[in-house]
Amino acid sequence: MSHAEKATIFNKNEAKVNWHDKALWYVREKRDNAAHGVKEWEYLRDLASAIKANVLSDLDTYLVEFEANALKNGIKIHWASDAEEHNAIIGKILDDNKAEKVVKSKSMLTEECHLNPYLEAKGIEVVDTDLGEYIVQIAKETPSHIVLPAIHKTKEEVDELFQEHLGTKPSNGNPEYLTNEARKHLRGKFLKADVAITGVNFAIADTGGFVVCTNEGNADMGSHLANVHIASMGIEKIIPKEAHLGIFLRLLARSATGQPITTYSSHFNKPAEGKEMHIVIVDNGRTEQLSREDFRASLHCIRCGACMNTCPIYRRSGGHSYDATIPGPIGSILSPGKDLTKHSSLPFASTLCGSCSNVCPVKINIHEQLYKWRQIIVKDIKQPMVKKSILKIAASVLAKPKIYDFAGKSARFMLKHAPRFMIYNKLNAWGKARELPEIKNENFDQWYKINRKK
Amino acid sequence: MKVGLFIPCYINQLYPQVAIATLELLEKLGVDVYYPKGQTCCGQPLGNSGYEGDAKGSCQVFVENFKEYDYIVGPSGSCIYHVKKHFDIIEQTPEVVKVRNNAYELCEFIVKILGKTDLGASFPHKVGLHKSCHGLRGLHLGSCSERMDPPFSTEEDLLNNVKGLELMSLTRKDECCGFGGTFSVFEEAISVKMGKDRIQDHLDNNVEVITGADHSCLMHLEGLINRNKQPLRVMHIAEILNSSI
Ligand code: SF4
Repeated sequence: MSHAEKATIFNKNEAKVNWHDKALWYVREKRDNAAHGVKEWEYLRDLASAIKANVLSDLDTYLVEFEANALKNGIKIHWASDAEEHNAIIGKILDDNKAEKVVKSKSMLTEECHLNPYLEAKGIEVVDTDLGEYIVQIAKETPSHIVLPAIHKTKEEVDELFQEHLGTKPSNGNPEYLTNEARKHLRGKFLKADVAITGVNFAIADTGGFVVCTNEGNADMGSHLANVHIASMGIEKIIPKEAHLGIFLRLLARSATGQPITTYSSHFNKPAEGKEMHIVIVDNGRTEQLSREDFRASLHCIRCGACMNTCPIYRRSGGHSYDATIPGPIGSILSPGKDLTKHSSLPFASTLCGSCSNVCPVKINIHEQLYKWRQIIVKDIKQPMVKKSILKIAASVLAKPKIYDFAGKSARFMLKHAPRFMIYNKLNAWGKARELPEIKNENFDQWYKINRKK
Repeated sequence: MKVGLFIPCYINQLYPQVAIATLELLEKLGVDVYYPKGQTCCGQPLGNSGYEGDAKGSCQVFVENFKEYDYIVGPSGSCIYHVKKHFDIIEQTPEVVKVRNNAYELCEFIVKILGKTDLGASFPHKVGLHKSCHGLRGLHLGSCSERMDPPFSTEEDLLNNVKGLELMSLTRKDECCGFGGTFSVFEEAISVKMGKDRIQDHLDNNVEVITGADHSCLMHLEGLINRNKQPLRVMHIAEILNSSI
């Protein structure tokens, strides 16, 4: 199904759309307020963008440097070229440690690689410990937002879900009660886990360490209690120096939720005595994206989610309408690079308003990349005949002023004199909910000829 | 100073009153303004739909029409933005470069090039300004709510000088209206919902007349207002700036 079709379904419940829109707009406003408190905000964005561009221009060197330093610290490094390899590597680490129970903090990469179903098929219990991810996991859904995975669910819906899965009492969606119950339940999982899996927000080349940001402390809880910590990272997560964290951490938390700093910014440098620490470094299509000059900057992304919160389409169509691991504006420029046919409607799910590019803390020119993907898609993917021929005819008419003049006049004549049912029917998507402009007797060309003689 | 008046295709055919107001306003301001014959379209609808390559013909027509003018001025931010931003698909001859550099959206031309903000207009109504995205974020007609730059607005500077006009502030100052060219038909549901929400913001803030520097957005909003019979009027900013009691 295309984005437009899924969005139409989402819009059947207007009250829910309004609620979804307001919830995310609230986060966008919190972000604005937080950013206003930093006078050098725009300067920080420039810096962050430049650092990321530098990393991407020399990525191989930085990755090798990172690996060497991490190895020195006693961390084990694994390289995965795709999702399959990533999952197999993690599967093997679990086998080697005879692990049966895994806790996982938030990681969009493991979502992208479909790690959960892979591990479950091996008979391993995986529990997502981020509250939002946990909700989505027990509902057997996918995250609809990269920072707020369960934002598509109201608290009442979560209440019902918890009654079913955790045996909670009906609470009318009392968030405190529900959070506490989830916490109690997850505590048991943390204590029994053999292995903790986390994502990576920043991997620091010159120290070989990495940073994981959470608001719930669940990454720390998992990795400190389990004997084995596996961290999955995309190759683009590198930053050159530890000092650069000052720039990225300030931008990330404010952009994501409007907080001055994420509650936990946990630095991992080496395994504790008697424990193991692994990092899986994953490509999975990223080098291919890196090779596309027009789309390279999409790899700057630090997954703050701000482009989703600001996107007027995302807010009104919900994350699932994008049918991709990463939804919203950034997902719409990343996903076509992975599967152009499947995701060909996404670059069109935008008015090109440019708000995403303006909020992006690493200054990805998202809306310009959407425009560029459109040019590629109409060339490479078969287009619906109607759309194609209309636009082709328009192109040849617009290139010839005389024909254009005639076409314009006769179209206006039709619109003015044809009966209403001929204009407002199923074929006219404009007229379903909107009136067409009232047609005047003359166009400007005719008026000018009569009223101005130059 | 010779100014070529650029009237976008849909304004020519559907909103001649906007074109007339633009012309009269420029004439009132003492501008030597010409309307070159044979204008079609800047090619924006094609480019935004992914058929940029097919728009070369209309780009050439545009440059041919306007190459002899010092400035090209039009009452539609998104069309001007397209000329400036996307005319890189044709060969960049000196003529093409000149046309692209000297193309101006009407308000920007009046404020930046003519250096005027008080045009002697009067319009005693409560007005809400719709800041169209391509004008705002593309042409930088004003500061955007996402960015932490010092606040300014070209259109507000002009409207604040209109006698009797009360500029109402909106809850969401620069959210997109959902027009987006072909987006308005291919993503009909979202487009309509976005438009409805924008209109509601104006209604909630007691606006009587919605105005803006891009009539394509206004056409979309007007379509919804008329269908839902809402107590609002839509006028292009040129019509307001050209009005007197
Ligand atoms: S593209 Fe930019 S705004 Fe969107 S999630 Fe990535 S970093 Fe954040």
